[in-house]
Amino acid sequence: MGMSEFHVLAVDDSLIDRKLIERLFKISSCQVTSVDSGSKALEFLGLQEHNQNPNPPCVSPNAKQNLQQVEVNLIITDYCMPGMTGYDLLKKIKESPSLKNIPVVIMSSVNVPSRISRCLEEGAEDFILKPVRLADVNKLKPHMMKTKCKSFHKPQKIVTKENQESQEIEPKTEQILQQSQGNNNNNNYKRKSMDQQGLSPERTRPRYNYNMIL
Amino acid sequence: MEVGQLQRSFVEYMASLFREGFLDAQFSQLQQLQDDSNPDFVVEVVSLFFEDSERLLNDLTMALDQPNVDFKQVDAHVHQLKGSSSSVGAQRVKNCCVPFRNCCEEQNIETCLRCLQQIKQEYLLVKNKLQTLFELEQQIVAAGGAIPMVQ
Repeated sequence: MGMSEFHVLAVDDSLIDRKLIERLFKISSCQVTSVDSGSKALEFLGLQEHNQNPNPPCVSPNAKQNLQQVEVNLIITDYCMPGMTGYDLLKKIKESPSLKNIPVVIMSSVNVPSRISRCLEEGAEDFILKPVRLADVNKLKPHMMKTKCKSFHKPQKIVTKENQESQEIEPKTEQILQQSQGNNNNNNYKRKSMDQQGLSPERTRPRYNYNMIL
Repeated sequence: MEVGQLQRSFVEYMASLFREGFLDAQFSQLQQLQDDSNPDFVVEVVSLFFEDSERLLNDLTMALDQPNVDFKQVDAHVHQLKGSSSSVGAQRVKNCCVPFRNCCEEQNIETCLRCLQQIKQEYLLVKNKLQTLFELEQQIVAAGGAIPMVQ
């Protein structure tokens, strides 16, 4: 309905799993880019490992910045990868001013509770047990919706049912200049307030995929 | 053979593969991802699985043949094999991987070799079964029929 497709960046060192993930998202009407490593993911996102660009993209004339114009609505990454793990990648994304608002989902073939909570605490939206199924992908749509800029000019004080406390809104000017993800400044506030208060009741409820409970 | 007979053989064969544990629900998932826009999806994924597995089984054989076995490396290969077999629904192959990883942890060459032997057998079995299945599909299509969906 006038909404462009979601674009997913899939990161997995297994060729079979990349093929599977691609198909799962394509069948759900998403565009998919898949890469086989965390460093390639960062490259695609316009963030070099050893060279975090301090300037917001619209200010810098750097040609590499064009990569950051590609809107990514979700990053789904395997946990166990040689070199940079999914966790390392998650950290790098959440540490980056230009990328931290992109929802990140972790996949793993092993059900390790400490691994899951570590990822969630680091800012992952969800944790999915492999093999990934269509039902899992359907549950991710709401996360991707958050990054769609519904109303770029809306005032930033957005209160959702999860974030009732009206926190002091930090100046987010640099984020407004980023790729159009204005709406999920809210995610950032939610995360920040939780960091300040320690684990909120919201966080202690396990948010991982139903697969794991089975 | 006429189409109806071929289709019935196909359905029975497929059911037996599930019943005997060669395939699990993940294989059904793969089938559900196949459609007219992607009519060869299952064959493509399974072909990747064959290539991947054969490479890994070779690597495992070589790794266990070394004078000083690198059990971490062996374990890494088994972990990969577990992942790919799980992703295509090759249940019996996947199930061989867990004891194999335990043997790696114990750094026991003999038991590792036995695990390798077992996994090779299971792999060859499921490869054979899947190839038979695909051949049946081709025969149905050649006879002008549609491939039945088996839940």
